[in-house]
Amino acid sequence: MSIGVTSRSGLTRHRSTGGAPGGRLDFGRRVLVLRRWRIAVRLEWRSVIVCAVLAVAVACMAVLALMTGSYQLSPGQVVPALVGGETGLVHDIVVEWRAPRVVAALVFGAALGVSGAVFQSMLRNPLADPSIIGFSQGSYTGALIVILLINGTYVQLIGGALLGGMATAIAVYVLAYRRGVQGFRLIIVGIGVSAMLGSLNTWLILRADLEQAIAAAAWGAGSLNGVSWDQVAIGGVCIAVLLLLAAMLSRPMRQMELGDDTAASQGVRVSPARLGMVVVGVALTAIATAASGPIAFISLVAPQIGHRLVRTAGITLAPAAFVGALLCLVADYLAQHVAPTPLPVGIITVMLGGGYLGYLLFTEARRRL
Amino acid sequence: MTAQTSDVEVRVPAAAASGPRLRVVGLLAVLVTLLVLLVLSLLVGSKAIAPSVIWDALFHPSADIDQFSIRDYRLPRTVVGLVVGMALGVAGALIQALTRNPLADTGILGVGAGSSFAVTMAVGVLGIRDISGYMWFAFAGALIVTIMVLLLGSTRRGQSPGVMVLAGVCVSAVLDGAGSALQLTNPDAFDAMRSWTAGSILGRPLDVVWPVLPFFAVALILAFAVSGPLNAMALGDEIAAAQGVRLARTRVLAIIAITLLAGGATAIAGPIGFVGLMVPHVARWFVGPNQRWVFAYSILLAPSLLLASDVLGRIVMRPSEIPVGIVTAFIGAPVLIALVRRKKASGL
Repeated sequence: MSIGVTSRSGLTRHRSTGGAPGGRLDFGRRVLVLRRWRIAVRLEWRSVIVCAVLAVAVACMAVLALMTGSYQLSPGQVVPALVGGETGLVHDIVVEWRAPRVVAALVFGAALGVSGAVFQSMLRNPLADPSIIGFSQGSYTGALIVILLINGTYVQLIGGALLGGMATAIAVYVLAYRRGVQGFRLIIVGIGVSAMLGSLNTWLILRADLEQAIAAAAWGAGSLNGVSWDQVAIGGVCIAVLLLLAAMLSRPMRQMELGDDTAASQGVRVSPARLGMVVVGVALTAIATAASGPIAFISLVAPQIGHRLVRTAGITLAPAAFVGALLCLVADYLAQHVAPTPLPVGIITVMLGGGYLGYLLFTEARRRL
Repeated sequence: MTAQTSDVEVRVPAAAASGPRLRVVGLLAVLVTLLVLLVLSLLVGSKAIAPSVIWDALFHPSADIDQFSIRDYRLPRTVVGLVVGMALGVAGALIQALTRNPLADTGILGVGAGSSFAVTMAVGVLGIRDISGYMWFAFAGALIVTIMVLLLGSTRRGQSPGVMVLAGVCVSAVLDGAGSALQLTNPDAFDAMRSWTAGSILGRPLDVVWPVLPFFAVALILAFAVSGPLNAMALGDEIAAAQGVRLARTRVLAIIAITLLAGGATAIAGPIGFVGLMVPHVARWFVGPNQRWVFAYSILLAPSLLLASDVLGRIVMRPSEIPVGIVTAFIGAPVLIALVRRKKASGL
């Protein structure tokens, strides 16, 4: 394996040589290149460091979440329990009770973060969020129909959420299409579709039996309560596959941010790539939604925070995944242990994310228009 | 003032360039529609009750069980629908004129969510159960959100419809989240608010209407008072200022009117969206952009829409009912989509 430090030419260099303060040359960003078995991976040092720091933060937060509860544990008990060094009560508490929830927060948070990154990159708009443009609502509708009308299994639930999300994505895209799709039109159409699906969901819950309705409503707030290892395993496998696909799509994604024509001239097959991005993005949201209900705004916030941390030109996936996992863990910790009574995690993310969205709108509007 | 009106009427599209007489006739037609819907709202229900019984219930009250259900259920919901519809329609027309945003609506821009949150706070946390107490919170919530969304949605170059709608959606999402957090941590509040948060005109006794009515009256007077200046401001702030319109005063008065109307409607019926979005557009198809006429039509069209939605909600799933807020969302969301797909929004 050889490690080389090279620099990336391009926009950064041009801009900084043009008007560099003090005449210092900027040779671009430092890049880490890993080569082995004919495979070469170019990673930017800053991204690598940021992701490593985020991973450590996620690990610390996970241990904290595993420690906290009505039966307090120490890190010295949690870590051995995870690797199999503890038996009895501590093992049960950590591995059987608390771990599924923590792993779920981690995996679904990452999925939501990547899903948001894919949509924000594809629509070239920082506000294009699955929870705003109705895809989460659509997944929820699909899942509700499975829960309330056919009383289905968990796999059917995932299927319903997937179908609902995909159908909504297609509907929003078709309704927003008018000689091409323009970002704001798509978002407003999404808001409209979201409002309709929202009332459809309310109505479905209203006409259901009380017991089913309570279950569906609790799930609808976006909660990690009662997530089991089975659900985490099924969801986790699907999400792992989808994350791999997303990683493969990340190069065309970056190039399509420059415009379809430019990407096509670079050898990207634009239409299949975009279709793949839609499918992967919707599927990631739908699977997370099927397991935990709509956890809003992580998909909006995570890519933006990641983007600001690594300071790349476009939206990148890995930091979005790590930030998403961290946010979801922190939000669930706040919802469970800091709030006066345990709340659904979705309520915390809505409040945190909504505040951030306001800030984003404020600065974006002032800067761009 | 007459000069301003004639300036505005230059912009009236051909289809809407109806003379004053035609507009009055149209207004009468809308009034008749509203009256028919009022009667329908009394007539239609899960139980079929003969019109003669309804007549007796209103004018010759007795202890008959059918009369009881008319007086205690159908009459209040009809009156509430009428009052709330009027308020929502005029509030929508005002906020569209003020922001010059064809996508504006007190529901979409989060004004309703603001007063809902404030009412949840008043009822759930402070234990205020009387509408003459918590309506003040509804007004305050509506005022704060209106100003916030106007600030968030406006940019250096003026106001952008899309950004403003997003700002409203964002503010509503946050407030809804905070509201449900309050309700979930406070079971008493949850119980007290349950029927109210769905946005329904059912099960509201007439007692909740009376305290709000004076405020609606003030707001309607304000709305018509600022209609002339708003007409001028439709041509741009500079032109309006050159014509002698006091911009700041007009805006403040309009915001006060919006606050009273939207806050009061939310205090009575809970959050009902999309009525204020659709109605002013329909009004502009009839009468063009003259705000005075738009307001006049909106006052009658909005309760018609709300009552029609309510009656529809009673018929579709008989014998069970769909809350009116859900029906208006189903009718209104496609309108929002159609509006954003159009090349030019109507008359703003």
